[in-house]
Amino acid sequence: MGTGYDILVQCQPPRAVFLDYPMGITIGRPSAPKEQFDITRTAVQALETIEEPGTILKHDYIWSENETWKVEAAVANTGDIRQPRNLIPRYQFEEDHIAAEENPVAAE
Amino acid sequence: MSMGPVEYIPPGVERYVLLGYEPYRYFQPEGPAPWAPMTKPLSECRLGVVATAGTYVKGQVAFFYKDDHSYRTIPKSTPVENLRFAHVTKHYLERAAFKDANSTFPIEPLRRLEREGIVGEVAEDLFSCMGGIYSQRKVRDELALALAVEFTRQEVDAVLLVPM
Repeated sequence: MGTGYDILVQCQPPRAVFLDYPMGITIGRPSAPKEQFDITRTAVQALETIEEPGTILKHDYIWSENETWKVEAAVANTGDIRQPRNLIPRYQFEEDHIAAEENPVAAE
Repeated sequence: MSMGPVEYIPPGVERYVLLGYEPYRYFQPEGPAPWAPMTKPLSECRLGVVATAGTYVKGQVAFFYKDDHSYRTIPKSTPVENLRFAHVTKHYLERAAFKDANSTFPIEPLRRLEREGIVGEVAEDLFSCMGGIYSQRKVRDELALALAVEFTRQEVDAVLLVPM
């Protein structure tokens, strides 16, 4: 499964299902359990429904009729603002950092 | 008229050049798509899962951003509210995953697939790693190899790859 169609085409997984949503939202909208389940189920069922190597199916879900998000995502200066790369663990919350330091098997 | 899919590879490469990094190379397979036929119905399969959004469980060490090719073991029973993310493309997580981890790491949909018998079983442990790793060698020879060993040990019949 994936939201980057050109990446799926280039990488050629044996079976793939493309979702035309913003990158990062691979499974569906937040707090939308039916949609998330449908998208996951279709991807898993593709193990049986796809019969030709390299086939990419497409979900019917549409993120928005307004597609300005696609214009923004396709521009290098706004669409890909990756973080600086270093060796510091990037905890989502400071409480996670504390919890990991108190956990003797945190690295597993 | 609807626009086509967003192209991510050209702006991703261009962004790295603008930042002064070495050119980023997306994976380019040398041959056609690999293929392993299903040998039993999905409803009888044990499904393995690996996701590349830097998911970790509260209490685990988070991923770092410089070619972190380690992975985390996410127990299938983990409450969704204990899932966290650390990924070099953090901005992709802000619209959904930080509000509901299921939007990027489908732990509750997977449990439901198992509960409803659509898959025979989801492996007890799911796996998570970082994406956007520069070194294809580290991914191919170390990370992918380690995950293959895990999946072999789990005796899964198929693996679902959930990219960022």
